[in-house]
Amino acid sequence: MARDKRTTADDAVALIENGMTLGIGGWGSRRKPMSLVRALLRTDIKDLTVVSYGGPDVGLLCAAGKIRKLIYGFVSLDSIALEPHFRSARQNATLAECIEYDEGMLQWALYAGSLRLPFLPTRAGLGSGVVDVNPALKMVTSPYADAEQLLAVPAIRLDAVFVHLNRSDIHGNAQFLGPDLYFDDMFLGACEPGLRFLSCEKISSTEQMLQESSFHSLRINRSMVDGVIESPNGAHFTLCTPDYERDEKFQSAYVKAAGNAAEWAAFEDRFLRGTEADYQQAVVQWHKENAS
Amino acid sequence: MSADITLADIVVVAAAESFRGDGELFASGMGTVPMLGARLARATFEPDLLVSDGEAFFVGNDLPLGSSDKLIEGWIPFRSVFDTVWSGRRHVMMGASQIDRFGNTNIANIGPWKQPKAQLLGVRGGPGNTISHATSFFIPKQSSKVFVEEVDMVSGLGYDRASKLGEIVKRHHRLPRVITNLAVFDFETPTHTMRLRSVHPGVAVEEVIANTGFTLEIAPDVPTSRAPTEQELAALNRLDPRGLRHREVA
Repeated sequence: MARDKRTTADDAVALIENGMTLGIGGWGSRRKPMSLVRALLRTDIKDLTVVSYGGPDVGLLCAAGKIRKLIYGFVSLDSIALEPHFRSARQNATLAECIEYDEGMLQWALYAGSLRLPFLPTRAGLGSGVVDVNPALKMVTSPYADAEQLLAVPAIRLDAVFVHLNRSDIHGNAQFLGPDLYFDDMFLGACEPGLRFLSCEKISSTEQMLQESSFHSLRINRSMVDGVIESPNGAHFTLCTPDYERDEKFQSAYVKAAGNAAEWAAFEDRFLRGTEADYQQAVVQWHKENAS
Repeated sequence: MSADITLADIVVVAAAESFRGDGELFASGMGTVPMLGARLARATFEPDLLVSDGEAFFVGNDLPLGSSDKLIEGWIPFRSVFDTVWSGRRHVMMGASQIDRFGNTNIANIGPWKQPKAQLLGVRGGPGNTISHATSFFIPKQSSKVFVEEVDMVSGLGYDRASKLGEIVKRHHRLPRVITNLAVFDFETPTHTMRLRSVHPGVAVEEVIANTGFTLEIAPDVPTSRAPTEQELAALNRLDPRGLRHREVA
């Protein structure tokens, strides 16, 4: 019988150390492991290198001053194009180091990391500002007759990773039920075994998962996961279709609060100081007060 | 311009025109006007195009904006999008916060990258798009702050940068059109610098020049951007029954 890997978000983040490289799955404001990010906010961990197709995960970690180095292709809230905390962090130069890649380059870096290759070649990024602002990027020449000059995207290896899926069994065989896996499998693949944490809406069994959707949705297997955390509404306020859509109203309130120091302090006090259960309860209460 | 034809209609038709002749490519539109342009082209003169719901599916029917009544004809999650980009089977129309005369574009940041005055999206897929396949641009409000001498960060390659990267890149790199609220532009000049292709009805060439921060190629007689045909207007009203295009261009 395979291991039972159930744990809690607080036990998971207790294993994260200052200065680690953390990959965060999802995409923009979609299926982000927000309950794990919120747990991280409750710790005094700092100096992280964060790798993400960024959304409010990056925004919140920027606001809390937890990131030393950020590797990203973009940071966006999708329905609201710009992430306010990320913008402030960039405009005030509070991030010690930034690596900005083309979206496809970031996939390649993670894929190279998961295949234990030193780099993968591509044309994406060549001649663009990405090369101008990342002087460490190197070129590679095709050894074949074409002798084409390509960009060698260096592999990213992660020390820890957070992803949020719709379902998982207690062993870490997990299922996505929405339209896109994003690059969650590559984030998990690029991480050393030990701190690969997967939260999910519901702990299920393989039989139940196959009743909910076809085997094609079982893209994460247990060899890719070290800890499983059941976290209903754990991606809130990002979307987690078909379990729930993005909480647009709350996302707008988040953006509004981020625009002003006093309002942001009040937002933090109300939503981010307590446990995950406190957060979920505060959101329900907020919706009651703001029902229209 | 006849009374019932709006600037938004003209602009969407111009967007659709950029996909003419593309055949079986993924016509990908970022935002209302580009998305409508792709859907209009397929609904009328370019029936082989593939269009998406803007999320993760190719749709086979003429899906109105905002409708979820889609006939799915394929699955295109992000990694398949990247595969399609790098294979060249795509023509995207995206936005640009800055563009120069060679078609270098910027959606990433205004001011120096190290500490921007305004952080925007980041480069997103711009570098991979422009080096791999046709990329057109839609700019809802042209000004000399957008049409600039030099962009602050190159998120999309212009012809000058692409031409330095060798024959293979030159073969794939193509910037068919730039469409604004004032006019349509292309790069069909010997030096691949931006040319005024047509002005929208009622717009003077001088107005275009006044809102451009670099020297444009301008022919002695600049044509007027064409109006939709009756069939196109009917399709447009089917595809955008709530008139969302009028919110993006007015």
